[in-house]
Amino acid sequence: METIVQRGEAEAPVFFAVDEHDHEPGGNTMLGFWIYLMSDCLIFAVLFATYGVLATAYAAGPRPDEIFELPLLAVNTAMLLFSSITYGFAMIAMQNRQKQAVLLWLVVTALFGACFVGIELYEFAGLIGEGASPERSAFLSAFFTLVATHGLHVSFGILWMIVLMVQVYRLGLGAENRRRLMCLSMFWHFLDVVWIGVFTFVYLIRVI
Amino acid sequence: MSDQYGAAPLRPFRFLALAALPFMLSACDFPVLFPDGDVAARQRDMLLIATGLMLLIIVPVIFMSLYFPWRYRATNKATDYDADWDHSTKLELAIWTGPLLIIIVLGAVTWVGTHLLDPFRPLDRITTSNSVALHEEPLEVQVVAMNWKWLFIYPQYGVATVNELAAPVDRPIRFDLTAESVMNAFYVPTMAGMIYSMPGMETKLHAVMNTPGVFDGFASHYNGAGFSDMHFKFYSQKAADFDAWIQNLKASDKALDTNAYLDLAKPSEAVPVEYFSSVEPDLYKRVLGMCVEPGKLCMQQIVNIDAGKAEAGKDVSIDQLKYDSYDLDAYGSGEAQGATAPAANRLPHSDQTKSGNSESGEDTIAPPQLHND
Amino acid sequence: MLGNLDVTRLIFGRLTLDSIPYHEPILIGTFLVVAIGGAALLGALTYFKLWGYLWNEWFTSVDHKKIGIMYMVLAIVMLLRGFADALMMRAQQAIAFNGSEGFLPAHHYDQVFTAHGVIMIFFVAMPLIVGIMNIVVPLQIGARDVAFPFLNNFSFWMTAGGVIIVMLSLFIGEFARTGWLAFPPLADASNSPGVGVDYYIWGLQIAGVGTLLSGVNFLVTIIKMRAPGMTMMRMPVFTWTALCTNILIVASFPVLTAVLALLSLDRYVGTHFFTNDLGGNSMMYFNLIWIWGHPEVYILILPCFGIFSEVTATFSGKRLFGYTSMVYATVVITILAYLVWLHHFFTMGNGASVNSFFGITTMIISIPTGAKIFNWLFTMYRGRVRFELPIMWTIAFLVTFTLGGMSGVLLAVPPVDFVTHNSLFLVAHFHNVIIGGVLFGMFAGINYWFPKAFGFRLDKFWGTVSFWFWVVGFYFAFMPLYVLGLMGVTRRLRVFHDPSLHIWFIIAAFGAVLIACGIAAFLMQIFVSVRNRKALADTTGDPWDGRTLEWATSSPPPHYNFAFSPVVHGLDAYADMKRRGFSRPMEGFKPIHMPKNTGAGVIIAALATVCGFALIWYIWWLAALSFIGLVAATIAHTFNYDRDYFIPADEVAASERASAGAVAVGS
Repeated sequence: METIVQRGEAEAPVFFAVDEHDHEPGGNTMLGFWIYLMSDCLIFAVLFATYGVLATAYAAGPRPDEIFELPLLAVNTAMLLFSSITYGFAMIAMQNRQKQAVLLWLVVTALFGACFVGIELYEFAGLIGEGASPERSAFLSAFFTLVATHGLHVSFGILWMIVLMVQVYRLGLGAENRRRLMCLSMFWHFLDVVWIGVFTFVYLIRVI
Repeated sequence: MSDQYGAAPLRPFRFLALAALPFMLSACDFPVLFPDGDVAARQRDMLLIATGLMLLIIVPVIFMSLYFPWRYRATNKATDYDADWDHSTKLELAIWTGPLLIIIVLGAVTWVGTHLLDPFRPLDRITTSNSVALHEEPLEVQVVAMNWKWLFIYPQYGVATVNELAAPVDRPIRFDLTAESVMNAFYVPTMAGMIYSMPGMETKLHAVMNTPGVFDGFASHYNGAGFSDMHFKFYSQKAADFDAWIQNLKASDKALDTNAYLDLAKPSEAVPVEYFSSVEPDLYKRVLGMCVEPGKLCMQQIVNIDAGKAEAGKDVSIDQLKYDSYDLDAYGSGEAQGATAPAANRLPHSDQTKSGNSESGEDTIAPPQLHND
Repeated sequence: MLGNLDVTRLIFGRLTLDSIPYHEPILIGTFLVVAIGGAALLGALTYFKLWGYLWNEWFTSVDHKKIGIMYMVLAIVMLLRGFADALMMRAQQAIAFNGSEGFLPAHHYDQVFTAHGVIMIFFVAMPLIVGIMNIVVPLQIGARDVAFPFLNNFSFWMTAGGVIIVMLSLFIGEFARTGWLAFPPLADASNSPGVGVDYYIWGLQIAGVGTLLSGVNFLVTIIKMRAPGMTMMRMPVFTWTALCTNILIVASFPVLTAVLALLSLDRYVGTHFFTNDLGGNSMMYFNLIWIWGHPEVYILILPCFGIFSEVTATFSGKRLFGYTSMVYATVVITILAYLVWLHHFFTMGNGASVNSFFGITTMIISIPTGAKIFNWLFTMYRGRVRFELPIMWTIAFLVTFTLGGMSGVLLAVPPVDFVTHNSLFLVAHFHNVIIGGVLFGMFAGINYWFPKAFGFRLDKFWGTVSFWFWVVGFYFAFMPLYVLGLMGVTRRLRVFHDPSLHIWFIIAAFGAVLIACGIAAFLMQIFVSVRNRKALADTTGDPWDGRTLEWATSSPPPHYNFAFSPVVHGLDAYADMKRRGFSRPMEGFKPIHMPKNTGAGVIIAALATVCGFALIWYIWWLAALSFIGLVAATIAHTFNYDRDYFIPADEVAASERASAGAVAVGS
């Protein structure tokens, strides 16, 4: 069994990696999460396309320039953009292994996120109060679905953030928790980018 | 039957249809291969061209699929064996360019054929040799697909039928199609390919019949419980017979007005033939606008309002806009959601609704005159 | 509204005793068989004390091989259900002539053809594909597991959850009566107010989550976990096709999720995406669902192309002809899959230019597909073809699929499509490519890799019987449908009025009976093989003189697949190893890092299934409760940091020595 007959090929090849090192598993997670985000992005793409198709199907009902309030929206957008910056600070603190600072910035981020969701709910309540509910027209169906899907993502992001805060608080900034913070970071910034799209294509160009 | 209508340049492919003959009972059973209308005949010709082009590659592939494994079977040690032969630039070039060339030809044929045979495009000929300019204006038929029957309105004659269609031979026909509640497809295989008919939307089909006879037409897009019985007879007639058929319709004592339409729109299955001697003007337009029911705002008006061309008016209520009948009570419709219960608002499929089909239809209405030559 | 509020409805939603279809003899019979069979199975499991074994070794397992086997079992069980539907349809259509109404009322028949389509695509073909990828891909790239083993387990249980939802519709309430894609307005609340479409929506949504996650999982696995030396252009073709299939999954299933979500909003909330009134647009549903639906077809067929590539090379004893062009053909098909969706509705009244554009893109797909077929043919050329079952299925595939491809190109020509769309010609076409491609491919794959997964080969006699019944049955069942299509007969009809059609439907029904014999012979093949497993045992780990890495380990592989990661020097890594001579290192073993089993996937998927069921029946309290439970269970799972362990080196050594006698040095 021990005799290996070499035929033809020049040198004896190595067929098994005898001294292998364990890979850092984090790399897989980041790639996997990024692929998941791209598939999530496709869900948004479908909702954007739907909104595009139904954008003028007002069914003799409310029109964008009658119902959208840009000032409120500017505040809302600012909330989300600020939350992205503060999440960035949390990540810097994580690199420096400053657990307290990470927690602090996460709290700030979550608060900004909560404000965003709160303002959105306020806006929705106002619209429905005016009779501009999702059942009123296809345009409003598409509008509410797209914006609420984003809002739902933000809400889950906040829930995730709270869970992570507990985990960081209890277990510190180990490799596992750092990886999770990075995933949430990607998620949060992704939602920010989607919001820029929502803000531009759903609100801004319909009003101006 | 088909020979006189085929396009002349396609004759080389005619043998393909002949090849199918041995297992055919009669040509009439194969309306797709032996149609009676020029449009379907041209579509059939496309089928034969595409089949011929594909066979150029299919036949050798199937031959090789059987021959190679047999020729190079392991027990046949006589053949050459080359375990490392895995590349040949020439062969690779051939296997990519061969299909490519065929697809280029077929693509060109497709591009031209699709444009020529676009159902929205008015006919430019009625047979191979006969251009359409020589003839009178097309027969207009407005088609409404309902649950589960066909309504045909003849605006030029002010008459309408349910589940019976007639047209004079060699006169172009223009169908305007819409539907009442769900998507449908209108298909008379021997005349022309199918086209969807959809609520609130209009599609068009231009076609012509070249042979007199009685043919089958039906719904070809599944649309619910009454689907299987949603078919009609299509009478292709000589001009004089068609006129007689119209006169026969005029003799009916029924009029298609708003109430008659709304009655008709109630779901029913295996509906007998029905004639209407008059049709309310604009009825089809209102069907298309989903506003037959009094008080509804028409789609055309809604579109104008949405486009900013008209004012909505303060008093547009949601009820004027609603068309579909929902029951969004928190627990759904009152009826049990059993596997045997019919859906809400739909008549169950029963033998009673079925029986009226042919007998009662023929009792009350004289069958159309047919003179086959 | 409050006046109507009664406690029963609050507790049971719209679920009542009348929802149980006890007036339907067919369903009662089925229920009795399922109930007695199920009770017998559960009783046997309890009697032989197998519950613990099942739970610990299978249900909670994160081992990709076991998950793969569970997928295959699920698919085969569902094949029986889907095929029973097919038999009922064939019987109905063969009987319902000359004024006969057949034995199925419209209400039942319409559910049967909808369920047949949904089950065959989502719960037979998809689990077969995912199952075989699970068993083979990690082994073929020399990895020890997939990238996310827990997610893999969870994906399986979500698929199983979808199956449970769809199966429940058989005995509680009804399934959709809309056709397998549930087109609105027919599937809207106004035209389909019952629970059928809701069963459809939630069954697919739950299973869809599983499919999407397993797509992400395999992408990362293939991109990041290949053995040292295995560059992209050294990957086995099956792995390439798996990669492309998972790209398609990740890039198309979100569209399905979104479009079904919009449909459910229309049905539950009263929005107007696809309604007739208030601005809805039902044509948008056609576009969106087919933007998912067409790539789905390639999701199914690409891995089968991979299987045929492996099988042809192995059983011809030869390198695959034109590896590079095979890879490029796969990639081209992947991209083109997104540019053809409109050919599913040429007849909707799109303009001629749009129709011809999509017609031509569809035809272009036949070029790379044709190149693949030639590559397989030239792989056999100058080979030594051994007529084992996998290559027999491959030859049957080549002939059958070529015919199906031809009818596909015909349907791609819009004017031809106008006369064949929605007809039995179309039905014959897609069965021709899906049975001839996907199912034949799966049988080739099952016969090929079964010894790797279980350690013994499948019985050849019963396999051959199954093969001939299937192939002959297929031609009897579907060639008449081509003929009927040319007779202008359309699909989904329940009764017929033209007696000249009758004979063709009888031939088709006869074909379905032959296929039933083929399925029975396949089950017999498995039974006989298990009984004779000693005689059929594969002691070498390489029963077919394989060429790729999965054959480099023992059969069945140890839990950790490879004690040492293989190092790859070229294509056909294992053929290369065997030719140049290799020895398996028998010492220097190290502890191997492996993931732990977990029950979290079962629990979360079970809660999702309960939530789906509650939403179908409007049992709002249960829906809310199970959703909260689902979120809580997920969070609880994230608090589990203890997810892996090491197999001690001496355990690895013992297991390797045990199989060392078997896996001998290559010569």
